[in-house]
Amino acid sequence: MNMLQNNSVSLWEAVSTNYDLCNLFLSSTEMSLGLRDLLSGSVFGGRCQELSGSSVIIATTDQLIAAAALIELDGVARRMVLCPPDLPAEYLPSILKAGEADAIVSDRIIEGPETARVTSFIHCDGKLTPKSYGSTNHYETEWVLLTSGTTGVPKLVVHTLASLTGAIDTGKPRNGRAIWSTFYDIRRYGGLQIFLRAMLTGSSLLLSSAHKSTSDFLARVGAHGVTHISGTPSHWRRALMSSSAHLISPEYIRLSGEIADQAILNRLAQVYPQTHIGHAFATTEAGVAFDVNDGLTGFPSSVLRRTPGVEMKVENRSLRIRSARTASRYLDAEHGQLKDADGFVDTTDMLDLRNDRYHFVGRRDGVINVGGLKVHPEEVEEVINRHPEVRMSLVRTKKNPITGALVVADVVLRSASGPDSDGDHQIQQDILLLCREELASHKVPATINFVSTLAVADSGKLIRRHA
Amino acid sequence: MNVRSEIETQFKQVAKEQHKRLVPLRDGLELLNSGLDSLSFAIIVTRLEDSLGTDPFTQSEDAQFPVTFRDFVNLYEHVTK
Repeated sequence: MNMLQNNSVSLWEAVSTNYDLCNLFLSSTEMSLGLRDLLSGSVFGGRCQELSGSSVIIATTDQLIAAAALIELDGVARRMVLCPPDLPAEYLPSILKAGEADAIVSDRIIEGPETARVTSFIHCDGKLTPKSYGSTNHYETEWVLLTSGTTGVPKLVVHTLASLTGAIDTGKPRNGRAIWSTFYDIRRYGGLQIFLRAMLTGSSLLLSSAHKSTSDFLARVGAHGVTHISGTPSHWRRALMSSSAHLISPEYIRLSGEIADQAILNRLAQVYPQTHIGHAFATTEAGVAFDVNDGLTGFPSSVLRRTPGVEMKVENRSLRIRSARTASRYLDAEHGQLKDADGFVDTTDMLDLRNDRYHFVGRRDGVINVGGLKVHPEEVEEVINRHPEVRMSLVRTKKNPITGALVVADVVLRSASGPDSDGDHQIQQDILLLCREELASHKVPATINFVSTLAVADSGKLIRRHA
Repeated sequence: MNVRSEIETQFKQVAKEQHKRLVPLRDGLELLNSGLDSLSFAIIVTRLEDSLGTDPFTQSEDAQFPVTFRDFVNLYEHVTK
C-alpha cells in the first residue's frame, strides 16, 4: 500500500515531500532533468493554473515532457488523456470529443477543425520556468489511457492515481539507489507503471526513444548503470539480437504485456545469470494483477487465491479480476461496461490448467497480441472483405518466436480459380496491398491462405478457434 | 532448396513489402543494423516456415537468438541438414 491510496495526495506532493531528490533524474535521448528542478519548475511556462479543472489532452512527441506534464497536472486538471506518440491523427477528433477536451498540451503544432472545441493550446518544449504558485490539489484527476478498440478507434480507459499505483510498494524508498528504465513508452499502461514506480520509490528513470535503435538504447542503459528494466518479451527478443545486449547488467528484469514463453525466460537467464527475472500479468483495464518470479512460463494455480489485494477467478476458462487497481470505466459509453455487476473485469485471456499451473492460451475475443500491440480480427476482416473477389475471411493468430504472434488470414474467394494459379496470386497481392493502405503494419496479415470454406455457427457468425 | 538463397530472397521480399531499406546482406551484418524491424523478422520467420518447412526458433526452449546474418543462416542450415 502507499499514501496515494487515500486519494488526497497528488503525484507532485508524493514525490516532492518524500524523497531525497538530490541525485534523481529523468532522462530521455533528447534531454535530462533533475527531479528537484522538475518539481520546482513549470513545463507550462507558468500557465498551469489555466488548466485548473480542465480536461487536458497530453499529446507530446517527447516522453520526458509528457512525464513533466503528468507530475504538474495531477490534482490540478480534472482529466488527463495520455496520447501515445504513434496515435494516428485521424483518431484525434474522436478522442477530443469523448474526452470533452478543454485543452491540448503538446510540443508540436496540432491544427484542424476538430480542435475548435479546445479553448487552450499550451506549447511545451521541455524548458522549465520557475513555478509562481504553490501546490494545488483540488481534483482527483482522471488518468485516461488509450487501448485498441474493435474498429481501430482507441478505447478510453479511466484510471485514477490511486488505481494506477495500487501495486507499488512505497514502503522502502530507494533514494537514488535504483535506476529504472523501460522499453515501453510511458503513455502506455506498462510504461506508465514504470514511470510511477520510479517516481514513488525515489528512483531515477531512463526513458527510451522510438527514433533510436535498440542497440543505442541498450548502450545508454549500460552507461547509466540501470538497475531495473522492463519490457515486453518481444522487446527482450529484439534486445537479445543485439550485440549491445552484453552492455547491460541489471539487477531486475521485468516482462509484461505479452505471454512470457519459456524460451525467452530461459535465454534471459542464460545471458543475465545474476539478474532476477520476473514476468507480470497486467492489462490497461484490469490493472496489475500479479508477478511470477519462479522462472517458469504461466503461473501457479495458488496465485489466484494468494495475491493480496487482488481477487481472481477463472470462469469459462477466462481470467476475471477484481481489485482497487482496475480501471473504473470506459469514457465513451459505446464501448460498454468495463466491469460486470460484481465488479470483476473479464480479461478474456483464456487459461489452461496443467499440473497445477495455469498457462495463457489465447483470447476469447480473438484479439491478437503482436509484440504487445493488439489487433482485433474484425477490423482486418472488414478491410479484406472489401476486395470484390472475397466472399468471406477469417483473421487469426499464428504463434511467432519474434513477436509472440502474427496475424494470418484464411480467405474464401467468390470463384476459386484453382490452386496456386496466377489469378489467385494476384488477388493475394491485391488483398495485401489493400491491407497495407488501410491498416497499421502489425495488423497486415503475414500470409493469406485461400480456403474453400470457413466454419459458421448457427448464429451466422464465424467460428473462431483461439484456444 | 538452397537455404541461404531462400533466406536472402525472403529478406529482400519482406523489406520491399515493409518499405524498409535493406542493407547488403553479408555474414557479419548485425541483424538489427539490417534496416529491418521486429515485425519484418517475424514475417520472415513465418514465410521461411512455409518454404523451408521448419522454424528453428521453436525447436528448442534454449534456442539462441541470432545476432548476425551468418548466425541466422546457421540456425536454419543446422535444422534443415
